[in-house]
Amino acid sequence: MERRTIFAGWVLPALLVAPQLLLTFFFFLWPAGQALWFSLTRQDAFGIKTQFVGLENFTDLFADPLYRDSAVRTVGFCVAVTMLAMGTALVLAVFADREIRGRTLYRTLLIWPYAVAPAIAAVLWVLLLNPQIGVVAHALKALGVLWDYRLNDAQAMTVVILASAWKQVSYNFIFFLAGLQSIPKTVIEAARMDGARGWRRFRTITLPLLMPTVFFLIVVNVVYAAFDTFATVQALTQGGPGKATETLVLKVYRDGVVNLDLGSSSAQSVVLMLGVIVLVMLQFRFLGRRNAE
Amino acid sequence: MTGRTDWAAHIVLSFGVLSFLLPLWLLVAGATQDPGAISRGELSLLPDLSKLGVFYSVLTDKAPGGSPVWRMLLVSAGMALAIAFGKIIISLLSAYAVAFFRFPFRMLCFWTIFITLMLPVEVRIIPTYAVMSDFGLISTFTGLTVPLIASATATLLFRQVFLTIPDELVEAARMDGAGPLRFLRDILIPLSMANMAALFVIVFVYGWNQYLWPLLVATDPKLDTIVIGIVKMIGQDSVTDWNRVMATAVLALLPPVTVVLLMQRWFVKGLTEGDK
Repeated sequence: MERRTIFAGWVLPALLVAPQLLLTFFFFLWPAGQALWFSLTRQDAFGIKTQFVGLENFTDLFADPLYRDSAVRTVGFCVAVTMLAMGTALVLAVFADREIRGRTLYRTLLIWPYAVAPAIAAVLWVLLLNPQIGVVAHALKALGVLWDYRLNDAQAMTVVILASAWKQVSYNFIFFLAGLQSIPKTVIEAARMDGARGWRRFRTITLPLLMPTVFFLIVVNVVYAAFDTFATVQALTQGGPGKATETLVLKVYRDGVVNLDLGSSSAQSVVLMLGVIVLVMLQFRFLGRRNAE
Repeated sequence: MTGRTDWAAHIVLSFGVLSFLLPLWLLVAGATQDPGAISRGELSLLPDLSKLGVFYSVLTDKAPGGSPVWRMLLVSAGMALAIAFGKIIISLLSAYAVAFFRFPFRMLCFWTIFITLMLPVEVRIIPTYAVMSDFGLISTFTGLTVPLIASATATLLFRQVFLTIPDELVEAARMDGAGPLRFLRDILIPLSMANMAALFVIVFVYGWNQYLWPLLVATDPKLDTIVIGIVKMIGQDSVTDWNRVMATAVLALLPPVTVVLLMQRWFVKGLTEGDK
């Protein structure tokens, strides 16, 4: 869509758009270009000589079992976080959409965790699950469970999934509730007249009308789980025990910032960039469809 | 509507609310308890009101290996506000230019801004660090804030809002002799106030909650944000002062939660109605 009426001249608009463009160039495009270039080169141990190696960093990367493990782990983590965060939010939104007493209060109390930093979400879950001080951890121990997520791989993964999903429920809840409220009451009434009730009405009427929101949220949640949970995982387990909770973003950080392996970390960055590009394209496809409704 | 109480809804929603509030309550209660008791796993659900002084003491005392909490809060607030106002101003201006003018390379500009959506910090960690150090921005407040000010989402949102403004309004303003800058100041900005409020909440929370960026570019403890400070605290092998960690976490949560609660109406509307 374009406007018909516009203002004349090009000096003023160029000045207006300049700050944004300069920031974009220096802090986004330039580093991204460098990542692309570094990913095709290799430095010697002293960082003096740089050699062009083509796609060697990438073939090395995909041949590395540690990288493949991390990729598989990340996919599993993203699926678990997305399903848990979206499922919980959908159930809450369906009930919060009903005409019940105190629903404004319920909504407020379900929305505030949007403001919680991923790192702070980790702190909250430490209080529940830390084997030494955690309230829930003590209950588990009382039941005879050997609970220590700092030593047990599966437990560590469970903890980072729970903490990451917990933080994202509010965001999904806001969108599901808005989606449910935008369904015309007449449609629901008509379904009621036809005798569709409860679960059947939800499955055949509500859910199909909610699908654009569902697709949109899947993309947002996968991006969140893949990237924004860095702080949550770093604060809870630092990727451990061993590499049990090391997702791709943690690996890029560790290889690049801690181990200073420029070539490999740049190649990993480029792979992640491709991932984000695909996800953002999907998001805009669904967004377009959502707005067309 | 039948008049009967919808018990199922109340039970499910209460359960959801509790699962959010319980950890928060533990945090507040724990902050006021004896650190020894917490370490032994005797975290009580009842806050000890006589120990509320812990909030004052974490605010003023120097945290181990870092700066005092009041300083971290100040850095976080400065960072969140700078990013929020910076993003809103810069995006408003560039969306205005793209929507209301025709100039050479206009669409190229638009797509260049759009591309930033695809390049979150997490995927360009090392090269961004290199650029920052070339500019001498490592461990500076400018480095902490300015690179995060560029925003595709905010620009897209403003552009979307501007496209809905009727041509007649622009025409009328022009007939009255309003130049482009006056039109922006007297008509567009007042019309976009609600969107700006929504955007402010979203970006303030985003800025306050940053972790990876300050971790990368602000290595000087003087620039530790509250989020960085807290992860440092629980990262130590043997945390002894759990009550202090919890008190700090409460202080870290208060500002963004307050902003969201106070501006809830605009924020929810802006989030779901705009193009994110």
